Amino acid sequence: MKLSPLSLLVALLALAFTLATGLARRADNWSNRAKSDNVFGMLFGDGRKLFANHFFTMADVYFHSGYYPSVFDQGAAEQKEIIAASHGKKETEEDEKNENFLGKPKDWIDAFGRNFRITQHTHLEHQNEREMLPWLRLAADLDPQKIETYTVGAYFLREHLGRLEQAEAFLREGLRNNPDSCEILFELGRIFNDVHHDYDRARNVWQLGVRKFSTLPEQRQKDDKFVYEEFVVSLSHLERDAGNYALAIDWLRKAQKVSPVPGALQEQIDALQEKITSATPAKP
Amino acid sequence: MNKIFAVAGVVIKELYRRKDFYVLFVLTAVLTLAAGAVNFFHDEKIIRYVKDLCLLLIWVSALLVAIITTARQIPAEREARTIFPLLAKPVSRAQVIAGKFLGCWLATGVALFIFYFFFAIITGSREHIWPVGVYLEAAWMQWAMLAIVIAMVLLGSIYFAAPSSTNVISFIVVAGILLVGGHLNAIALSQPEPMQTVLAWVYFVIPHLEWYDLRDFVVYDLGTVPARAVALATLYAAVWTGIFLLLAWFGFRRKNLTT
Repeated sequence: MKLSPLSLLVALLALAFTLATGLARRADNWSNRAKSDNVFGMLFGDGRKLFANHFFTMADVYFHSGYYPSVFDQGAAEQKEIIAASHGKKETEEDEKNENFLGKPKDWIDAFGRNFRITQHTHLEHQNEREMLPWLRLAADLDPQKIETYTVGAYFLREHLGRLEQAEAFLREGLRNNPDSCEILFELGRIFNDVHHDYDRARNVWQLGVRKFSTLPEQRQKDDKFVYEEFVVSLSHLERDAGNYALAIDWLRKAQKVSPVPGALQEQIDALQEKITSATPAKP
Repeated sequence: MNKIFAVAGVVIKELYRRKDFYVLFVLTAVLTLAAGAVNFFHDEKIIRYVKDLCLLLIWVSALLVAIITTARQIPAEREARTIFPLLAKPVSRAQVIAGKFLGCWLATGVALFIFYFFFAIITGSREHIWPVGVYLEAAWMQWAMLAIVIAMVLLGSIYFAAPSSTNVISFIVVAGILLVGGHLNAIALSQPEPMQTVLAWVYFVIPHLEWYDLRDFVVYDLGTVPARAVALATLYAAVWTGIFLLLAWFGFRRKNLTT
């Protein structure tokens, strides 16, 4: 039997179409990539998380205007300063000294080469913090489960750029992707408390955060006790400002259990006790 | 000198007749414009990531233009047998090497100027500032670095069998120097002997191309590098270019051109 090339082509097309209709449903289950809700997930699969880490690091590099250790320098693996800044940590002289990763020039090539390298440790300021935002946005798109991206992004949007609505929207996006994240709940509570002055919502969000924290595995609780301390100290301040001194003391006592400086918290407790005592009318 | 310029002129004409540069320029322009069009957090003033990306593309493109253009010069002349009428004229082999180098370097310089002009227009239109001095310094340093690269590739094209092998080896060497060249001393310290000594030697004998990368100064608006340092770096580039050209000439002088 002799087949013309045209008939052969038609037969092959028909076969391809038939196979496609049969296989399409099964092929959907072969990989999770196609189900991904963003283009990065579809392109890179789980490998996108590597890029997300890189882009988050790029945000820190931009924060330092390029003064950043390479993988070959000492201190390359230390905690990112944008994370520390988002937790309200102010840089001390000691920190500054530790971040001088360049040290003294090792030879004339190194010494001369420093003319062409950034050797000044600076941080972005005067609204230039906006330059980090593209990297944080990309990091969030690539790895929606990376919680620091949302907390750091929201912190800089709120504190340095004054964009409160965008900070809140970014945190809500993070919460949708990570419904159990205590860190995001804490930041969201700060926005309700500090910006909207909606103390009831702030209280609710922080209390929800404390409840979520208590459901974490024991090891995680030990590792993240700093977050717990932030919750309970903030709640104590909220109750103190609302005049609920007894509740404020309760929260401070909880904070004492995890705080590295329980003595300082004791002073606050004593001050609140005094207020309670002075507010109680003396018995005749 | 006229003979050197005549040879160089042919190389420059070849660059604008070939499509390599146009393709790379269009690719750079499209990617930069696409990146610039993305809106992050409704902020129109964000620009540094665009500068970063555009400069990276300029660096990659300029290296591609320089290496690919240079690697084929001598082998193409040999393969087409046009090297014989060229040498039959009163043109010495040293002048051929010098002419080829000058042609490639000037051609790359023209390409670089166009790239930086595009970069300045794009960033200036967003930032509304024109730090021409910073751009000129960055472009000059990059061009000086490309002189070393072109001379090195020319040397490779004399010794390696084909332009493809010259291209690949040159890319690996240049990328290696740019990425780890400045850190070899630190890497050496963590290695056992004899690797430590070998790496320390390599560190001192390679041309330090990483010095010429001033992208960070442009991206982070950190102003210019001291002129004295730029002058010394230019002298260093001239010395290395001279070394590679002399080695290329030594090789080419004794090269049997009939294959």
